Amino acid sequence: MNLNRIRAVAKKEFKHLFRDYRMLAILFLFPVFLLLMFGYAVNFDVHHIKLVVYDQEYSEVTRTMVKDFTNSEYFDLIGYVNDAHKLKGILDDKIAQCIVVIPSDFSRKFYSKRTVKVQVLIDGVDGNTASIIQNYLTVAFQSYGQNLTVEVLEKNGMKNYQPIDLEARFWYNPDLQTTRFLIPGLIAMILLITAAISVSLSLVREKERGTMEQINVSPVSSFELIAGKILPYLLLALIDAALILLVGYLLFGVEIKGSMILLFITTLIFLTASTSIGILVSVIADSQQVAFSMATFITLLPSFILSGFVFPIESMPWPVQILTNITPAKFFIEIMRAIIIRGVGVSSFWDQALYLILFTTVIILLANIIYKSKESRA
Amino acid sequence: MRTILHIIKKEFLQFKRDPKMFGIILIAPVIQLIFLGYAVTLDVNTVHTLVYDQDNTKESRNFIESFTSSGFFKVDYYAGNYDQLKQKLDKGNIIFALVIPRDFSEKIARRETSPVQAIFNGSDGNTASISAGYVATVVQGYSQNILMSYMDKSGRKLLPTGRIEPEMRIWYNPELLTRHFMIPGIVGLLLSIITLILTSLAIVKEKEIGTLEQLIVTPIKSYQLIMGKLIPFVILGFIAVIIVLTAMSFIFSIPVRGSILFLFFCSFLYIMSTLGLGLFVSTISKTQQQAMMIAIFGVMMPMVFLSGFAFPIENMPKIIQYISYLIPLRYFMTIIRGIILKGIGFAELWRETSILLFMGIVILYLSSLRFHRRLE
Repeated sequence: MNLNRIRAVAKKEFKHLFRDYRMLAILFLFPVFLLLMFGYAVNFDVHHIKLVVYDQEYSEVTRTMVKDFTNSEYFDLIGYVNDAHKLKGILDDKIAQCIVVIPSDFSRKFYSKRTVKVQVLIDGVDGNTASIIQNYLTVAFQSYGQNLTVEVLEKNGMKNYQPIDLEARFWYNPDLQTTRFLIPGLIAMILLITAAISVSLSLVREKERGTMEQINVSPVSSFELIAGKILPYLLLALIDAALILLVGYLLFGVEIKGSMILLFITTLIFLTASTSIGILVSVIADSQQVAFSMATFITLLPSFILSGFVFPIESMPWPVQILTNITPAKFFIEIMRAIIIRGVGVSSFWDQALYLILFTTVIILLANIIYKSKESRA
Repeated sequence: MRTILHIIKKEFLQFKRDPKMFGIILIAPVIQLIFLGYAVTLDVNTVHTLVYDQDNTKESRNFIESFTSSGFFKVDYYAGNYDQLKQKLDKGNIIFALVIPRDFSEKIARRETSPVQAIFNGSDGNTASISAGYVATVVQGYSQNILMSYMDKSGRKLLPTGRIEPEMRIWYNPELLTRHFMIPGIVGLLLSIITLILTSLAIVKEKEIGTLEQLIVTPIKSYQLIMGKLIPFVILGFIAVIIVLTAMSFIFSIPVRGSILFLFFCSFLYIMSTLGLGLFVSTISKTQQQAMMIAIFGVMMPMVFLSGFAFPIENMPKIIQYISYLIPLRYFMTIIRGIILKGIGFAELWRETSILLFMGIVILYLSSLRFHRRLE
């Protein structure tokens, strides 16, 4: 190993990068752009649900109920219909997301102590939104029924009594901001892309153009070559991570509750894991197209779907839960959430960090084996 | 026509020479589909729970039992003090901690209101708020039971009214599976990746290696070159769509309820836009690395996020909703979900179909013009 040679390779790679001002602009601008996208566009809070009412009773009681629903920010009344045949078209054409069908004997049944069945039709195409709508409506009906009951009780001079008073508290993220949850995942994804994909492309490019052979005959060893090639991208990725944290703080008020030094060290560990994937890909692929397809396929997809970035791992079936361990992003996201959101120390995530180091070692060994077997065949 | 066929043949020969690429294109969609089908769900099935029961009486244990018997809660830990509770929440092992005060059963026996604390790990806002909904429902039910039992003892009805019971019917996707929403979307996503990113890469590769100049000096006209370069990817795109549709109905039993022919027709209209965008990306980038980055970050990511593929457009701020009208994938998503899940056709989807046609022609025309000018 010779530090001078590593420096020389790194210098060459830096020149490549900086001459390519478009690439540089992309690597710096798009993380911010992605953050804006996630911050503003990705939102699971369901508000302003489009509601259509088919009210067969149309009395004071039912009209107040509908008004009660639509007074909140959760429901917007699109309109009333008075024909059962029109209901299908309303959901088919996405005019409304749900339809409430109030029976003609609503008040009569309710005040004679019987159970009133109200039919609700919900557009289920988006399962998540549909189940949230379902929850909202259950609560809305429940609380309206309770209000009516209290009204009658008070008229009869009785006191309403509630056995349990539930006090809900949300720790770490009291206003349940989605952005705070997504930023760690976003950093992980962008680091993976810059580190794994860019590194593999820059290594394979030398293969594709034939310059790799020139380097092979030079005194630069393959370790020195890889180290030199990786350095510029590591630096870029670190700057990217800092940029996202800064923009996240300025625009979305996401503060880092834990230690910056820990964040830096764990980020470095994760970056090494990501570049090891890049190296593995570059050993297998011979053209940039293949390298690109492989790298996106084994980094981007699992880090988006299996890492717990957006979709909770606990809800996946158990074989998939085991499979989630193939992506280093899963562990890094857990570490980042521990540091950024919960502000806790090493004791809560040392096992994840250890796993990342183990992961890196295995991938590097694998890359080495494949490289050797390829060479012996050639 | 002959010339175009030759270029197409050349492209396919190149595919054949690089079998890894071919494998990735054909196998990736199926694996993607399986991942998305099984892994992508925002539902919360199990709320990992810690109970800190300071009362520890029959009443409090009944109360805890009402959580576990609802099927949504799994009590992983019992804490003996507040520090243990904090430690488990800090570590991220649990989503929800239930704190029952010491005088819980006494207060309920005395018909007083007993406070109960529910602490949630709020870092995942979506999971936390869904769990909070479950907790509220369980507590409500338990309260109601307490009231009911009072009624029995005194022998008179406590409640003067009946109850309102909503009867939910979920259309198109009765089990509320997220996968029914996501998987049809994959058709759109795959078509975009193949026809947009791979096309731009294929063209830029010729530029990078320098063979594009060799092609220019041949008598091939630029429209023939464009057609010859694009058609193989259209074919590949359709093959991928067929694979996805087959896998969708066999693995996840989601059949196509509407007309498959109409689905293919609309896919073709959509491909015009993505091919145009791919061509455009190839004109503004010099290396494959650039093309890939621009295509992914500048075109694909906004398309994915703003098309309603995973995140409902209705929840976004108004300005972003207006921007989403410019995204061709948005209309295509509505069309494929409509055809596959709702079984509707041109009569309901004519608006989206005509917008796609219009966008496709404009984008493809402008990009070809730019590509043509670049060649000269």
